Amino acid sequence: MDVTSLTIKELRTKLDNKEISSPELTRAYIDRINRIDDKLLSFITVTADEAVTAAEKAQERINKGESSPLCGIPMAIKDNICTEGVKTTCASKMLENFVPPYNATVMEKLNSENIVMLGKTSMDEFAMGGSTQTSAFKKTKNPYNTECVPGGSSGGSAAAMGAGLCAGALGSDTGGSIRQPSSFCGVTGLKPTYGRVSRYGLVAFASSLDQIGPIAQTAEDCGIILNAIAGYDRHDGTVSKRPADDYTAKIGMSMKGVKIALPAEFYAEGIDEEVRKAVLSAADSFKAMGAELVDCSMPSLKYAVAAYYLISSAEASSNLSRYDGIKYGHRSEIVGNYNELITASRSEGFGDEVKRRILLGNYALCSGYYDAYYGKAMALKQKIREEYAEIYEKCDLILTPTAPTAAYGVTENIDDPKKMYQADICTVTVNIASLPAISTTCGYTDKGMPIGMSIIGKMWDEASVIGAADAFEKGFARRPANI
Amino acid sequence: MSVSDYIPVIGLEIHSELLTKSKVFCTCSAEFGGDKNSRCCPVCSGLPGTLPVINQTAVEYAVKAGYALGCSINKFSVFDRKNYFYPDLPKAYQISQLNLPLCINGNVPIEYEENGEKKSKNIRINRIHLEEDAGKLIHDDLNGVSLADYNRCGIPLIEIVTEPDISSAEEARTLVEKISLLLQYAGVSDCKMEQGSIRCDVNISLMKPTDKEFGTRAEIKNLNSLKSIYRTIEYEIKRQARLLDRGERIVQETRRYDDNKGETRTMRTKEDAHDYKYFPDPDILQVNFTDEDLDRIRNSLPEMPYQRLDKYINVYKIPEKEARIIVNNKRLSDLFENALKVYNNPKSLANFVNGEIMRRMNLGEIDIEAPAFTAEEAAKLVQMSDTEKVTKNDAKEIFREMAEKGGDPEEIAKQRGMLIVTDTGKVNEVIDKVIAANEKAVNQYKSGDVKVFGFLMGQCSKELRGAATPKVIKEELEKKLKSL
Repeated sequence: MDVTSLTIKELRTKLDNKEISSPELTRAYIDRINRIDDKLLSFITVTADEAVTAAEKAQERINKGESSPLCGIPMAIKDNICTEGVKTTCASKMLENFVPPYNATVMEKLNSENIVMLGKTSMDEFAMGGSTQTSAFKKTKNPYNTECVPGGSSGGSAAAMGAGLCAGALGSDTGGSIRQPSSFCGVTGLKPTYGRVSRYGLVAFASSLDQIGPIAQTAEDCGIILNAIAGYDRHDGTVSKRPADDYTAKIGMSMKGVKIALPAEFYAEGIDEEVRKAVLSAADSFKAMGAELVDCSMPSLKYAVAAYYLISSAEASSNLSRYDGIKYGHRSEIVGNYNELITASRSEGFGDEVKRRILLGNYALCSGYYDAYYGKAMALKQKIREEYAEIYEKCDLILTPTAPTAAYGVTENIDDPKKMYQADICTVTVNIASLPAISTTCGYTDKGMPIGMSIIGKMWDEASVIGAADAFEKGFARRPANI
Repeated sequence: MSVSDYIPVIGLEIHSELLTKSKVFCTCSAEFGGDKNSRCCPVCSGLPGTLPVINQTAVEYAVKAGYALGCSINKFSVFDRKNYFYPDLPKAYQISQLNLPLCINGNVPIEYEENGEKKSKNIRINRIHLEEDAGKLIHDDLNGVSLADYNRCGIPLIEIVTEPDISSAEEARTLVEKISLLLQYAGVSDCKMEQGSIRCDVNISLMKPTDKEFGTRAEIKNLNSLKSIYRTIEYEIKRQARLLDRGERIVQETRRYDDNKGETRTMRTKEDAHDYKYFPDPDILQVNFTDEDLDRIRNSLPEMPYQRLDKYINVYKIPEKEARIIVNNKRLSDLFENALKVYNNPKSLANFVNGEIMRRMNLGEIDIEAPAFTAEEAAKLVQMSDTEKVTKNDAKEIFREMAEKGGDPEEIAKQRGMLIVTDTGKVNEVIDKVIAANEKAVNQYKSGDVKVFGFLMGQCSKELRGAATPKVIKEELEKKLKSL
């Protein structure tokens, strides 16, 4: 038996029954990383020695009978989540050597459960992108076909998960960065409600949209991880004081009478035929389980990508201003005054996509343009929220494709940012409306690439989203990646 | 035209640090000073991934400042990011407030003298908002490097923006003094100019009496003393009047005041002005006050100077001039109030505060920020003097020592043999002795020659040497002589 193919839930039983030890499990993953990651390029940093030490500690706890749901479980962490003493690069030359002196709140929470961190995974630089090809260090490949992208920005976490290089992973999602790579890599990824998980220690991209979430083999595993990371945090003013639920509570729930909306615009032109068919077929599966399908509409969807890029780039332009090479991060060798120095440091430290967004964001916030761009985008944000609220008056969940296509070739789309941005159409409204959504595999293309669908829930209703995805997963035959 | 033919139009932006224990967006100490970079953390030094969490006390202090300056409070208020690059600003944006500040539409009455004439005026306050301070740069010219100290990063500041209601340097100085006093009384700021806890930007333009619109203004940044505010305005009025007289135009610009030369110089013109690209900070929740919140904050406002002044004049019957002197110094007034709790004689204490304490403050013998003696000790001394336990002259001598080293006035009086202990037994004993020794004088007195009383009194006093007050000696001696 290959332990690296098991779910967290299965591993928990094996660990607690002493069928396997956490150090053994950890070594199995490290061996697999050593064997495969040359091709996959999913990890920026592998913390093999620290992982074994952590596994031994976790094992002590298991031996004492003081286990917890994630105790001794090997996990991969996206490289924009601060880890004390371990480099956190955001896949940017700017932070190539940045070692945080503190842990993100999610890391504090996971460490209190004695997880085993295997390493830090690659991503699009500063989480800006949907392909992981803007990473300054590891341009991750898709485990189903290494000629294809893993999606992004959490491409490293999703690919590692899809290739069996970890039992669970954390990603971050600003406009689809957990769901879309999960879809491309044939795994399950959840973006929680904005304010459900603390952002403290997540290197900010767009503060009003960013949210940390789990990537795992199954919806149930996502629920187990979310249980560990959700909840109030005094270090983040935007995190909710609302108590966290048990996110595995609706595992095994009946779909009978559950109303699932299919907004027409998400199935319109621009969505690949194979994708549309797979998602509609999944809708039929839900119907067969007793769910009720509801037709509905989201007229503002056509403006969503524009609104998203204005809001996220505006916030990013401000969030990324702190990288001036003065306090930490890349500092240019060029000698000059303050302005010359920071201009050189930033020009050298940031990649093209990051620069493009900084320019876009600055432009949108300039006095004279603010109302026309940022102001309009904020108005649209309100409109999109209203349209979601209207849909939720007559349904419980919304079903959409996760991305217009399955994973594409590594050389495609790279030089066409507009086309790349448009590919975010299926995911960005969820962030704009602060909603929870999960992506799970619902089919495969003729070429064998996974297709993902997204189940979007009402605010704070992660449990239903996870429950519905679980119901589908139990009747769907996944094809593991052959890498 | 001469300077006096123009009307100066002046508005101030006053920055004042709030007295909270911790910084505005993290839990670091907000105290002044400390070793370089010893009072900062990942949050206030802007490390990647950190988030600001607003200090509710700072918000309440800003609201209190608003009430102290007669403002309305916005029940819904938003924090914005002001984006600019500077090495003392680690996040490269300052969290501030643009469109929805905490406080708006205030009013501060000022009184001042001009050419010996009493004047009063109301200065309107446009807004008060809460923001964070930046760090400090230290330029090491010897080694050719600049070093950043982030201790001051994140210290809560309020920015008070006045309407352009000010017309002279004297009005501006009076207003800053008045606002400082109000903030000190409200307990939200210590307004120590020398520590930079209150700083001021001046906006100034000139117009002719016939003009319908304001002239072009110049802004002079970062003035940190009353003297520099006064001098800057005087200088700018002359500079702008001179330009206007020559038919030249005023350039809208930001200027810097050079204290050594007593003049202002161009810092940057309008063309170089920053576009701060303000937008609402997504990390900070909007502030929503309920009526109960605001009532609670307003009710927590301590006694304000105008309330004390009214009490001093109308209840304590202290002359207005003296009352004003006490009220206009918060520390002095607090000392007076505390002294009253021990010795409830406002008039006598007011005399002491305005007399001895002020005199020694002016001599530099008392630092009113940290006096060596307590209010209770001062009260006790005044009481001892009033009840003739010490002589008026000795009281001054005792206070000289208290001002220097502090201490219980009774102890000091005892040690130095200044304490008057009225021992009637001893007084009578001495009187008897004096009467016995001066038969002739006593007879003279009894036969109507009252002039010798002084002589007998003197003999007794000499013998009693501070063991009784002259009043007691006089009474006892008279009694004795009558009974003979």
